[in-house]
Amino acid sequence: MTPQLSWYLAVSAALFTIGVTGVIIKRNVIGMFMCIELMLNAVNLTFVAFASFFQDTTGQLFVFIVMTVAAAEAAVGLGIIIAIFRNRETLDVDEASILKL
Amino acid sequence: MENNLLSIIIFAPLAGAAINWFLGRRVRDERFIGIVACGAVATSAIVAFYLAFSSGGALRSELPILDHVWTWLRVGRFHADVALAMDRLSGTYVLFVTFVGFLIHVFAVGYMRGDSGFYRFFAFLNLFMFAMLTLVLADNFILMFVGWEGVGLCSYLLIGYYLDRKEAGDAAKKAFITNRIGDWGFVMGILLTFFVTGSVSFFANPASGIPGESALQAIKHLPVDGFTWHAIFAGGATSIAVLLFIGAAGKSAQIPLYVWLPDAMAGPTPVSALIHAATMVTAGVYMIVRCSPIFVQAPTAMFIVAVIGAATALFAATIGLAQNDIKKVLAYSTISQLGYMFLACGVGAFIAAIFHVITHAFFKALLFLGSGSVINGMHHEQDMRQMGGLKKYMPITFATMVTGWLAISGIPIFAGFFSKDEILWKVWSAPAFSVPSSTASKILWGVGALTALLTAVYMTRMMVMTFWGEERFRKVQAGGEADEAHAHGVDVDQQLHEASSVTSGDRAHHQPGEPVAGTHEPHESPWVMTLPLIVLAVLSTVGGLIGVPYALSSIFTQRDVNYIEHTLEPAVATMPAANHGAAQPGPELISRAPQETDSASPLHTLSESGAGAAAHSVEEISEERLLALVSVVIALLGIAGGWMVFRKRPLLQLPRILENKYYVDEIYDAALIRPVEVISREGLWKIFDIGVIDGLLHSIGDVVTEAARLARQLQAGFVRGYAAIILAGALILIGFFAYVSILR
Repeated sequence: MTPQLSWYLAVSAALFTIGVTGVIIKRNVIGMFMCIELMLNAVNLTFVAFASFFQDTTGQLFVFIVMTVAAAEAAVGLGIIIAIFRNRETLDVDEASILKL
Repeated sequence: MENNLLSIIIFAPLAGAAINWFLGRRVRDERFIGIVACGAVATSAIVAFYLAFSSGGALRSELPILDHVWTWLRVGRFHADVALAMDRLSGTYVLFVTFVGFLIHVFAVGYMRGDSGFYRFFAFLNLFMFAMLTLVLADNFILMFVGWEGVGLCSYLLIGYYLDRKEAGDAAKKAFITNRIGDWGFVMGILLTFFVTGSVSFFANPASGIPGESALQAIKHLPVDGFTWHAIFAGGATSIAVLLFIGAAGKSAQIPLYVWLPDAMAGPTPVSALIHAATMVTAGVYMIVRCSPIFVQAPTAMFIVAVIGAATALFAATIGLAQNDIKKVLAYSTISQLGYMFLACGVGAFIAAIFHVITHAFFKALLFLGSGSVINGMHHEQDMRQMGGLKKYMPITFATMVTGWLAISGIPIFAGFFSKDEILWKVWSAPAFSVPSSTASKILWGVGALTALLTAVYMTRMMVMTFWGEERFRKVQAGGEADEAHAHGVDVDQQLHEASSVTSGDRAHHQPGEPVAGTHEPHESPWVMTLPLIVLAVLSTVGGLIGVPYALSSIFTQRDVNYIEHTLEPAVATMPAANHGAAQPGPELISRAPQETDSASPLHTLSESGAGAAAHSVEEISEERLLALVSVVIALLGIAGGWMVFRKRPLLQLPRILENKYYVDEIYDAALIRPVEVISREGLWKIFDIGVIDGLLHSIGDVVTEAARLARQLQAGFVRGYAAIILAGALILIGFFAYVSILR
């Protein structure tokens, strides 16, 4: 029994939902960050699945772009996280609710 | 006839005003400013005399001189251009306005010397001449209204000339606001005129490319209104005339709108002489005479004019009797004399009204300038109770003011006698057209005669208090409360005025309250002030000779020497025969007033304008002579009575009610001003402004603030909150597209 497209999509949706839920409920900023990565990869999975299904390389192309953006985002995001931690000595996002330090 | 010189008459003073305003304020050289101001008016006067008397001039031809300056308003049938017209009426007016105006300008150069606002004063004065000449020379109602408002503005500016004095500012506002009420009537009258006749022009002027009849020609096609009160509201000639009279009453200070004129004396004395005695206040008379074709269609309106005029004359004369401020006496005297002019207009004696305007301009300008000279010589004291015995110190002022006094009292030979006598005679013999019965005309005559008596009395009182008797000024301080005291000496040296330098002609500039006892004698004014006085005194003496009625001149000569009547006769309308407004279509059927229609006389051919000359019957001549004699007796009685009473007791206490002007200002205050103030404060301010306008704005602001307060809750600063909002937004979008695709 060969894998169907819908299987991939179901996995992807599950991953995405986990990611969304994580971003909303998690307080630890590192955890939120990981959940964001999870959502990005869920989307990547959809792209590849469709690319394979439609025999079109455009989807694979987008995956590379998303990966690049994710890498840049990880660099910037981790920088921000370190800056927050240095200033507040905590990684709880709810503590960083005002712009003022 | 077109003549472009006409525009020079109005634009020369405008140029003078502009030069003084822009250049004079930098130069600040009194000689320069004075020469520009006087030169501008002199230019107008010279051009006016040339245009009036040259061959084919305005006073010598039947047709007006026209000058189409530029096209202004043309909308459909409506057209009003900046176009000037000088006919016999406006020509006569322009002559005395420019000439008397020039003399007063010269006087003002002396009077205003050392004042810090010298350039401003003369810029305004020249601007006034521009506006007044525009008013007089306008060939349509709209341009006349421009001049009308212009003189009102200049009057406002000059009454409030002393910027640092509150009562001057208040008086200026009072004058302006009171005139607004009159202007309402004038504007409505103009609109109704256009509505009825389809034109606002005074003269048909085919040369300017405007076809059709002028308003004053078209109005003649209407039937003459009946002598009923309904006619006032019928929307015809009577309605127009009444509305125009409201305008005239405001400008010319008639009951009930006269209250601004006495207060207007807060301005400098040359202003009082020029604007509030000689020229501007007679604009109402000019307007009514200019619109005489409308008034002769409206007997009810004419009767109203006559009654208001007579009432104002008597009312103001009684108040003038008890005033102690020399300028206030003259102000009430002016109101009273204006009442005479309106009385004359009301009985159809338009020429007599204009005649009195001219002679009044001479002698009242003389009296005002003389009072200015007295005030100046007395170091800005205006209260006559603190004068007395001045004839020794100010001989020229005294001699000239005596001529003015005799002229206004109506002593023969002097100018006022002829014009006042003419008015009284026309009132006595008023045709039944605009007067309900001959008894009414006799009552009006009685009021006029009584006023003449009072005039002689109060003028005698003024002269006695000022020039004769004890020298009361020795006991008092320099005018600490005098109206204009502070104004001089603002930026001049503080040098004391030594008694020894009295004759050298320089002027002292005292601070208010500076003690003057002993060393500070009254002094005669310099020549720039006395020269205009002398010229005006000569005119007040001989000026009346241009209008000697036939009844009097025939005693001495067989020639008809009533020049003013022959000059103006073609320019004013005559009343239809007295049949109380039975329809008389067409101007051809309008006949002469009854007192002028009678047997022909050889003089007919001698007179200047044969067609318009009136013949005179023997009975009327003897009646007129008798009335003239009565006038003389009244004048002499008044002077003698005034002399006997006030020579002994110059400070005689007169009835309080007269001194307090019948409490009219207080009544107006209680009846009109207070209620308006209360309505404005409690209603318009506290309810409408604060409640409605502020409330509206505030509630808009409140709604925005409240919405923002709610929206602010979204921006809590919690990152996870924002994430949830993004999620919700995404879900909503997905849900929307899912919904749409399912529907499809």
